[in-house]
Formats: sequence, structure tokens, C-alpha cells
Amino acid sequence: MARSKTKGAKEIDASSMADIAFLLLIFFLVTTTIDQDKGIIHKLPAWSEEPPPDDVRINDKNLLEILVNANNQLLVEQEYMELDELKDIVIKHLDNRGKLPNFSESPQEAVISLKNDRGTNYGTYIEIQNSLKAAYAEVRDKYALTLTNGSMNYREIDECSDNEDLDSAKRNSCDDLKKKVQEEYPMKISEAEPVNLGGN
Amino acid sequence: MSRFSKDSGKKETPAISTASLPDIIFMLLFFFMVVTVMRETNPILKIKLPQATELSKIELKESVAYILIGTPTDVNTFGSAPRIQLNDQYAEVENVKAFVKQSYAEVPDAYKGIFTVSLKVDEEVTMGIVTDVKQELRKADALKIIYAANKKVEQN
Repeated sequence: MARSKTKGAKEIDASSMADIAFLLLIFFLVTTTIDQDKGIIHKLPAWSEEPPPDDVRINDKNLLEILVNANNQLLVEQEYMELDELKDIVIKHLDNRGKLPNFSESPQEAVISLKNDRGTNYGTYIEIQNSLKAAYAEVRDKYALTLTNGSMNYREIDECSDNEDLDSAKRNSCDDLKKKVQEEYPMKISEAEPVNLGGN
Repeated sequence: MSRFSKDSGKKETPAISTASLPDIIFMLLFFFMVVTVMRETNPILKIKLPQATELSKIELKESVAYILIGTPTDVNTFGSAPRIQLNDQYAEVENVKAFVKQSYAEVPDAYKGIFTVSLKVDEEVTMGIVTDVKQELRKADALKIIYAANKKVEQN
């Protein structure tokens, strides 16, 4: 038995294989990054050379004015406010439906106007954008849940309308639901061109 | 019983077989090759992305152009004022339009409809330079943008 083993073809020594694999592994760890392409989607208005028309009048009630200065301080409807209060006030504004006199008359008419300074920190700006998105997501979720009797929230409807694995009848019904929710709560965020209010 | 005690008396504890070690490491290697992407740009800017909760994922990498804004890593040579990085080089605001147009031309036709510009901006940068870039993007008709951000870690 022992003799036949020594006579047969010699096995290749595989003990260094692990080292080679380790080297490759470390090389990939160093040269690659874990995919982290996530972010807040935003749509810019189309460029136009003409100055904006002056006669656009929005009822003051329907407009929620947010100003940010170079010290990252927030002024909402002429009142000083902390960042974490913003989401609640936006929801209040969207879902007011004429109850309080200085908020919107209906979600369809509600407009949010955001004006920041050139010296505002980008981090603060993103936090504000995030709060606005979160507020819209929350009211849309609530409305989607009442439409579907609590079975689907807005995100699920959105995913379902994009999902190509589902049959077309289900997808179309999701699409209709999505349109309905978007018509109830249209996202109207107006961003003014930043001004230099000093401080930078 | 007697046989058992005889055996154990003769043999020493066997060494742990490392024959499967390469396989395990290769598995790890393939895992990392699949979930990671090659670094596309050299880090010439220091960028700490802001945190947010309402995040969306980019669908297709082929349809994305990246614009980076941050402070140079080599402060001694380039100063600490925020700079724009396109591809691997420092750029000025005026270059953005041409860069976006070129990136758009490089995108395969099938994905042109979902062309997105990803803004990777350091959270300490002021809005002035970001706004200038946004205006250039509007002029270049690249209206779909995504503010790159990391998932916010919940603090309770």
C-alpha cells in the first residue's frame, strides 16, 4: 500500500493556495468600494433665459415659506424654528384643509417655497430636503393606506407599479393608485435662487 | 473497548485539515468581487456625505455621471476652498456643462432616458458652489439629479 503511494504521481502542494487567495482577496478589498450609490432624487426646473413672470400670485395661505440663512438657521413663516420641527409643520401645512387660517386650503394648492443663502451648509440643505421628502412620504403613505384599506403604503404601491415581474393587470391597478395619491398630494416645492444675505 | 484504547494510545491528535481553506478564501473573494465596484476616481477631494433617511437607489450605473464637490485632500497645494472634481481632475464651474454633455453622449442609447447626475458633496461645503453647479446642470438640460447621501443611523 505504502509503496504504491510513493510511486504514483506526486500531488501538487496546495498549501500556498490559501496565501494566494488571501492576496487576491486583500487586493480586491483595497481597490474596490462597497456600492453605496444612494441619495435623494431631485428634479431641477428647466432652464429659461426669460425672467420669471411677476404676476404669479399664490394665495399667501397656500405658501409655506422656508428661509435658511448662512448660519444654518431656519425661518418658517416668519418664525424661528429648529430643523427637527420642520417635518411636522410641513405635514400640518399639507394636511390643513382650511382648518387653520395661515396654512393651506387643500393639499393640491399647497406650495412650499425654499430659499437658502449661498453660505448655508450643504448638510443643512440636505436635512431640509430630507424633511420635506419625509413629510410628503408620510402624508402620501397615510392616504395610500386609506385608499387600499391598510394593505399597501405609498412605497409599496410605487414598487409594485415599477415591478415588471407582476402581471399587467396588477401593475396597472398600482399605477392608478399611485397617480391618485400623487394627484391628492402633488409635490410642489419651489426653490428660489439663493441670495447672498451676508455672512459669506 | 480494548481496540479503542489501543488506537487512541497509538495515534496523536490529528492536525486540523487546511485543505478546504483555499476554497473558503476563494468564496470570500468572489463575494467581495460581486458586491463591490472598482474605485472609479482617485480621492483628491475629502468628501463626507451627509446623512438622510429618504433615500433612493440609482438603478443603473451606466446612466450616471458623477460630480464631486469638496475640500482638496492636499490642502497645502490646492488650498482649503471647496473645489469641483470631474473624472480625476479639478475643474471649474464652467467645465460642468461640457462634462455633462459628454457624459450624456457616452451613455448607451437605451439608458439616455434615465440619465442622472449624482452630486457627491461634502456636508461642510456651502451652498454657493452647489447652486452654481445646479444652474450649470439646468443649462445643460440634465434635470434629473441625485444628492448622494448615506443612510442615517437612528439615534434613540
